[in-house]
Amino acid sequence: MNKKDLLNLIDITVSFEGFLALNKLNLNLKKGELRAVIGPNGAGKTTFLDVITGKVKPTKGEVIFKGKSLVGRKEHKIARLGVGRKFQSPRIFENLTVKENLEISVTTPKSPLNLINKSIKVEQLNEIERLMKIVNLAQKVDSKAGSLSHGQKQWLEIAMLVGQKPDLMLVDEPVAGLTDEETDLTADLLKSLSGENTVVVIDHDMEFIRRLDSNVSVLNQGTVLCEGTMETIQKDQKVIEVYLGRPED
Amino acid sequence: MSLSKIKFDKKIVLSFWIILIALIIAAPTLLPVFRLNLLGRYLSLSIVALGVDLIWGYTGLLSLGQGIFFALGGYCAAMYLQITSSSEFPNNIPEFFALYGVEKLPFFWEPFRSPFFTFFAIWIIPALVAGLIGFLVFRNRIKGVYFSILTQASLLVFFNFFNGQQKLINGTNGLKTDVTQLFGQMVGSESMQRIFFWITATLVIASWFFAKWVVKGRFGNILIGIRDDEPRVRFTGYNPVIFKTIIFSIAGGLAGISGALYTVQSGIVSPQFMTVPFSIEMVIWVAVGGRGTLLGAILGAVFINYAKSLVSEALPASWMFIQGGLFILVVTALPEGVLGWIQGDGPRNLLQRFGLKRKIETYPSLEINNKEQK
Repeated sequence: MNKKDLLNLIDITVSFEGFLALNKLNLNLKKGELRAVIGPNGAGKTTFLDVITGKVKPTKGEVIFKGKSLVGRKEHKIARLGVGRKFQSPRIFENLTVKENLEISVTTPKSPLNLINKSIKVEQLNEIERLMKIVNLAQKVDSKAGSLSHGQKQWLEIAMLVGQKPDLMLVDEPVAGLTDEETDLTADLLKSLSGENTVVVIDHDMEFIRRLDSNVSVLNQGTVLCEGTMETIQKDQKVIEVYLGRPED
Repeated sequence: MSLSKIKFDKKIVLSFWIILIALIIAAPTLLPVFRLNLLGRYLSLSIVALGVDLIWGYTGLLSLGQGIFFALGGYCAAMYLQITSSSEFPNNIPEFFALYGVEKLPFFWEPFRSPFFTFFAIWIIPALVAGLIGFLVFRNRIKGVYFSILTQASLLVFFNFFNGQQKLINGTNGLKTDVTQLFGQMVGSESMQRIFFWITATLVIASWFFAKWVVKGRFGNILIGIRDDEPRVRFTGYNPVIFKTIIFSIAGGLAGISGALYTVQSGIVSPQFMTVPFSIEMVIWVAVGGRGTLLGAILGAVFINYAKSLVSEALPASWMFIQGGLFILVVTALPEGVLGWIQGDGPRNLLQRFGLKRKIETYPSLEINNKEQK
């Protein structure tokens, strides 16, 4: 364990009635790192996020974030500690406007008293404006989020994630269903976020992962198979077998 | 252009309020006492409906047990009235106690000698009970159908308890209020009923503004967020348990006020306020009026109940069928309720269907179609 590490997953095992979704998974993240996580279906990618964000309690193992254990903490407490999550399919509040969605994410403190008593702070309004410009939604401020296109929804959710100002961003399949152009823009956006933030991206799209130009962890059967740059990964015999497929004879 | 998008002139809003207030002041002289009393009772029911709209329409919690809090408010008011009017009865305690040979006032009646205590008890006790039930249920992440069943089960528990406690609160007979005295006047008298009507009308308006204030802004948005996607709210750093407990408690407090007003205008509070059908009716008023509109809850409660009394006078025994039919109609044809339908695109779509208005093809509508194909 390194002191510069933001997150350490130590021997995480998650068992769903005997089925091991994660099996002694170890993973360390440095501050400011951009990390891509890939793996075949059922490798445990989403469970891995569920463990960090508190949705699933590991059967065994320890999650250390900023020196604190996250195991057993409630989801909203973990979120307040600085872990933000973007879901696989865009999960935004469809009956609220774009602006209202972002208000929910940037508001601090997140207590009922603060929400009912005080109006939103000026710096938070500025932050919303900045976010809307980054994700090109400035024209849609007062539109219902449900009326946005799929790509715009994905981007709104990323903007909500950024607005939360998390130290660790967990991004689950951010480019599913996006056009090539949107995919490229998303990759650039995520790259620009790393450095200041620590970002974990889960995806299937190899072109997208390559564009991220980051370290890659390959999950298989609930454990980390291999770690390294895209080049190393692609040469690794085990990875080729389980994931990339054998080159044709 | 849909109705909700029309910007009302300030003068129109002002004149609407002037007419409304004039009507409220004039109602006691315009309506016969019997009708006035009915209107007052239905207006008080609209306050409990506002609470149902807050927890169901906005937060997505379908409670089938609002009768508990409604009855608690009613009992608080009735206990005060009974005890202040008991000086001529044996032992200076309410008359019914003599029937069961009770000579000493049960301890929990004592604080109700104070009008000050009663004033607060009417809404704080139901709010606290609701908050406690809510907290325990929400903390254990019980939601959806299970929440509805649990609230209905609690309702039955309260009903059976109140029904069986003759020696404490007169059991199934309930507590009468119309022959009691308040400030030297009979509660059931015409002049008192007129005052109650005015108090009720004022409180309905006040509750409406209060509810609007609650759902306005970010607090209300979190409630909607909880309704639509609770885990997402959690992962954004909010604790939904606290928000749900607060709103359930507010709805409980509103139900208490509503129950107290209803009690003094109908002359009695009894465990009948905690029957299952009555609590379900509250939900129907809101569903018909329009979920998540607040005003729809008020209109639904008043109009359905008025219709109920008119229909029951003309065709006794047929009301239940009409009410059931109304509910089915709303669920199938107007899922947003009447007011929700008017505020949405309902009227325009209807005109289009009959060819009275041209269809507009807009980009958003094309998008919606794409979504349906997926």
